Amino acid sequence: MTLTRFVTKNTFRNLRRSLLTVLSIGFSLLLLTLMMAIWRNFYMSKGTEESALRLVTRHKVSLAFTMPSFYREKIRAVPGVAGVVPENWFGGVYKDDKSGNFFAQFGTDPDEFFKVFKDWQIPEDQVKAWQRDRAGAVVDSKQAQQYGWKVGQKVVITGTIFPVNLELTIRGIFTAPRPTQSLYFNQKYVEEAVPYMKGQEGFYTILADSPEAVRTIGSSIDGMFHNSPQPTRTETEAAFQLGFLAMLGNVKMFILSICGAVVFAILLVSANTMAMSIRERTREVAVLKTLGFTRGTVLGLFVGEAVVLALVGGVGGSVIAYFLGIGAGKAGGFAGALQVNAPTMLVAWVVAALVGFISAIIPSYNASRLGIVEGLRHIG
Amino acid sequence: MAIPISYNIRNMRLRKGLTVMTALGIALTVTTAVFIMALLAGLQKAFSSTGNPLNVLVLRKGSTSELTGPFPQDNFQTLKTLPGIAKDKNGDPMVSGEITVVIVLARKDGSGEANVTVRGVMQDGLQLRSAVKLTDGRWFTPGQREVVVSNSIRKRFVHANVGDTLEFGKGPWKVVGVFDSGGMAYESEIWGDVNQMSSDFDRQGVYSSAYLRATDPIAADALKHQVSDDQRLKLDGMLEPEYYATQTKSGNVIQFIGWLVAAIMAIGSSFAAMNTMYAAVAYRSREIATLRVIGFSRPSILTSFVFEAILLSLLGAVVGIILILPFNGMTTGTQNAVTFSEVVFGLQITPRVVSIAIVFAMVMGLFGGIFPAWHASRREILAALRD
Repeated sequence: MTLTRFVTKNTFRNLRRSLLTVLSIGFSLLLLTLMMAIWRNFYMSKGTEESALRLVTRHKVSLAFTMPSFYREKIRAVPGVAGVVPENWFGGVYKDDKSGNFFAQFGTDPDEFFKVFKDWQIPEDQVKAWQRDRAGAVVDSKQAQQYGWKVGQKVVITGTIFPVNLELTIRGIFTAPRPTQSLYFNQKYVEEAVPYMKGQEGFYTILADSPEAVRTIGSSIDGMFHNSPQPTRTETEAAFQLGFLAMLGNVKMFILSICGAVVFAILLVSANTMAMSIRERTREVAVLKTLGFTRGTVLGLFVGEAVVLALVGGVGGSVIAYFLGIGAGKAGGFAGALQVNAPTMLVAWVVAALVGFISAIIPSYNASRLGIVEGLRHIG
Repeated sequence: MAIPISYNIRNMRLRKGLTVMTALGIALTVTTAVFIMALLAGLQKAFSSTGNPLNVLVLRKGSTSELTGPFPQDNFQTLKTLPGIAKDKNGDPMVSGEITVVIVLARKDGSGEANVTVRGVMQDGLQLRSAVKLTDGRWFTPGQREVVVSNSIRKRFVHANVGDTLEFGKGPWKVVGVFDSGGMAYESEIWGDVNQMSSDFDRQGVYSSAYLRATDPIAADALKHQVSDDQRLKLDGMLEPEYYATQTKSGNVIQFIGWLVAAIMAIGSSFAAMNTMYAAVAYRSREIATLRVIGFSRPSILTSFVFEAILLSLLGAVVGIILILPFNGMTTGTQNAVTFSEVVFGLQITPRVVSIAIVFAMVMGLFGGIFPAWHASRREILAALRD
């Protein structure tokens, strides 16, 4: 019998205890993996290549303020700008004011929209149809699926910010790299119904022609409008989106404290199990030592056992998290942030192994130091 | 006959390490659950306590928040003449036409920026909200570029102390006072003179909302309907508390994630508790058999072990609640789903939160204890004695 086999055998000799420990660690690591996935998706993911080339310009005071429409051509003249398209938050209600029926609606310019959002997939003829119909709209494919929308279908959005109800016809269905939960329509529709919106835009999305340009465009634009009545603020698309997240509160702190609590909890569970199983085997340790196994080997045996247990739980938990993430990704929207990738899972395994190691080190050390005679006499 | 509780307590004391570690695991779960519930309770309090039931809030028809619907000031003149409005100290109707805008301010802790609501009010606006008290400095002077900030704005954002200058709109604003609203939604606002604000934010000729103070609750209700039913006005009236009550949905995201986290952690802890209880049963195999021989029935052994598990989880609950208590009252902010600005609220560990946490822990204990206890009560006496 090899030492590895010995460790494995010992790990599962009290099957119920091992199972419960693995389940307990597994659930905790499931949570840890999901939290790490959220962290990665929010703070570390770069998005697509095109997304990294996009910037957003808004009114410096806040998104609630509009900018004049002529800014668009001024922005286009800035070196490095490949395209610029206005977007206006409509904030209407579809069907009823339930959160399940919430999605964003933006008024924009159909002629240039998909030239800026190049990485969003949509059939060319649908774009053409959208450009021709002033009351047309394009929607995210995830949403079309959710509500059962088809091209040609009518959708009515009730205005809350603006005194107009949009009666839109879906002309196209696009697929974005990440589900966007949004609908885009021609802003002219709103402008005609709401005179005070004429010549005003909510924010601009800009496509830079190169990664180098991304760094300079922002300050050029903001500098240009610095002394105007409507100063601007330009940031990358990723930073703009993170800004919304930051408004939810101290998300980083929230995630970190949950991760901390989870790691500490599995440490306790694992330590508990190891303490129990080592205490049971006091006499065996003495026998092993009598047979000539060194202290170091005994220590290694127990620590190895703990690592195996924690790893089984960790692998199980992270694999379940992976599948949950895929399921959540299908739902789209915020749940899409739960998608787990391979490096995240690997980190979870390392955490599991480390926790197993740390939890076993003290009881194993004590066991390895136990005198042989004392151990043999032990009644367990 | 029931087995005395002291038996369980002594047993838990006997295996101190095991008891403490399991209880700590449960404690962590309870701490997380209490934290989330306290957040939601604080948020709820911020919204539910805001608003005087005598105040009627007027918005443009179809608009759901003060931020989204400006209406012409002419309508405001009509509103003033409606019957049932209380008089202020000058004998004029107690009404306030207001401008609400959202600006971005930098947080003090360096965690970025947040949207903050700026409200331009008339002098009557301060009287309408008599629950809001000035704690430092003075109220702003009409016609001056002066603002008063709430206590938590002062604490959370840069340049928001009395004597400081805030930059927004078309230039600097002097901070002349600090007010305290006692945990209401106003706790996240900056107030100034409405006329100054409307010119600064290019909102001349319109108001975002209007507040009318009714003479009594019946008049408030009548006023509300009168505003909504008047076809010329195209306005909606609602009681102030009704408006704020709809904003509690801002906590939905926190609630969803919070409960998901708490549930997964609870399942994990239940398995850990089960493990401990199985070990407890295994160690005491002979003891249990002895109890049976003495004459304790199977149900009383079952009850005793379930009870021990619940006791263990209660210990965890107490530790967990003690761990989170120092954070009671700690303020934090989240995005208001209706006004898109930050709403600041305190962590509220209310008796209700504590009792839910205790029940939550007991359920974990029950789940963790029931199977081992069942196992213990089913064992054959002779086999167990021979162990």
